[in-house]
Amino acid sequence: MGALESAVLALPDSRARLTMRRQHAHLSDEALVALVARGDESALGELYDRVGRVAYGLAYRVLRDERLAEDAVQEAFLALWRTAAAFRAERAKASTWILTLVHRRAVDLVRREERRRAEPLGDDATSAASESTEEAAWLRFERERVQAALRQLPDVQREAIELAYYGGFSQSELAERLGVPLGTIKSRMFAGLARLRELLDDAAPEGSWKQEFTS
Amino acid sequence: METGIHELTAGYALDALDPEERRTYEAHLPDCERCREELTSLWDVAGGLAVAASGPEPSPELRGRILAGARAEPQVVVPLEPRRRRLLVPALSAAAAVAAAVAIGLGIWASHLSSNLSSTRSALDQQRKAAQIVADPDAQTIALAKGTGRLVVAPDGNAALALVGLEPAPTGKTYEVWVIAGKSPPEPSGLFPGRNGADLVHVEQMVGSGDVVAVTLEKSGGASAPTTTPLVQSKRV
Repeated sequence: MGALESAVLALPDSRARLTMRRQHAHLSDEALVALVARGDESALGELYDRVGRVAYGLAYRVLRDERLAEDAVQEAFLALWRTAAAFRAERAKASTWILTLVHRRAVDLVRREERRRAEPLGDDATSAASESTEEAAWLRFERERVQAALRQLPDVQREAIELAYYGGFSQSELAERLGVPLGTIKSRMFAGLARLRELLDDAAPEGSWKQEFTS
Repeated sequence: METGIHELTAGYALDALDPEERRTYEAHLPDCERCREELTSLWDVAGGLAVAASGPEPSPELRGRILAGARAEPQVVVPLEPRRRRLLVPALSAAAAVAAAVAIGLGIWASHLSSNLSSTRSALDQQRKAAQIVADPDAQTIALAKGTGRLVVAPDGNAALALVGLEPAPTGKTYEVWVIAGKSPPEPSGLFPGRNGADLVHVEQMVGSGDVVAVTLEKSGGASAPTTTPLVQSKRV
C-alpha cells in the first residue's frame, strides 16, 4: 500500500471511508477476515465500518466510560488483526467472533477497574445522532426485537442475563449480590439464554442482523 | 459432573464464569462436540444482546487509531499444529514476543474449536495454558537475566515463558524448564523441543515470589537435576 493510500485510510473523513468501503462492499465478513489474515488493512477497516458501532455500543454499556470502551474495541480489533489466520468460518460468524472478543475484553477491564460497582443497568445511552440513516433504523429495529424477547423472560432469568452480560458480574458475584445459591444462578442463566434463543429464532425477520452485516 | 460442565456453556457465552471455571470449561471444550455446537449457537444469542446494547457512537478517530495500531504491529502467522514448526516471525523483538504469545494463544483456542488432532492435543493444551497466563491482564511480567523473552506469572503462581531465538533442540536432546525457589534444588517443570523463532512454554510448577525460572538443554526424557548451564534464566519474581 502506498503512502498516499495509507494517509487516506487514516483520515476520519467520511468520503475517504466511503471510497475504501466501496472496494470491499461486496465481500462477506468471513471473506474480509481472510483478507485481514493476509495483512489487508482496508479489509480490517471495512470490518470496523460494519461491526465497530455495535462493538463500541456494547463496550460502552459494560464499561460506562468512553476511553475504556474505545480501548476495549481497539484491543479486540487488534487481536483480530493478529489472529485472523486462525479464524474458522465454519465455526462462527465473523461478526460474532469480533463481538465476543470485544465483550471478553470489556468484562476483563470492568472487573479490573471495579467500575461495575456503579449501577450497571439502564439503557439510557442510545444515540439520536444518525437515526435517519438506514443502518440506524435497522439497528433500532433489531434492538427493539431483542429487548422484546428479553421482556418475555421470567424476571429472575432476565436479571441474571443482564447483570452478567451488561454488568460484567460473574456467576459467583451474582449469587452473592442477589443472595441466592450459585447453582440457582447457573440454572437461571442456562434456562434464560436457551429461552432467549427460542424467542429470537421465532421472531427472526427475513433479514436477520447477521445477514445485514454481511450484505 | 458431566451435566454440570455442559451447563457452564451459558455462563461462558456471557463471559460470566469465574477464572477457575473458565479454565476448566476451556479445557473441556476440545473434547466435547456438543458443547462446541451449543457455544456457537449461544454466542449468536449473545450477539443479539450486543446489538440491543447499542449506545453512543465511537469517536471518528477510533477507526484511524485501530488501523494505525494494526500497521505498527506485524502479524504473526500462527502455526495451527506444532509439528509444522514454521512460525513466520520477522525479527521479533523481546517486547513483541509477549504480544505474539497472546496471538498464538488465541489462535490455538480458535483452532481447537475445529481441531480433532488428538495426537497434538497434549502439546496444544500446554500451549493453551501458557497463552491463558500470558493473556491474563493481572499477570506480572518478569525480564530475563539470560536469553531473550519474558517470564509471565499469573497471580495464582501459574507461569509461562515466552522465548525468542532458541534453536530446535538437537536430536536426542530436549529443553527442560526449572523453578528454583531459594536454596532448594531446582524443580523439573516441563520439557519442550524448541522451535525456530518463538516458543511459548507453560511452566509446570507454581512460581512464587523470589523464585527464578531457568531453561537448560538435557537428554531426551529430561533430567531430575540440571546438568548444563542455563540458556535462559529469569530475574527473581
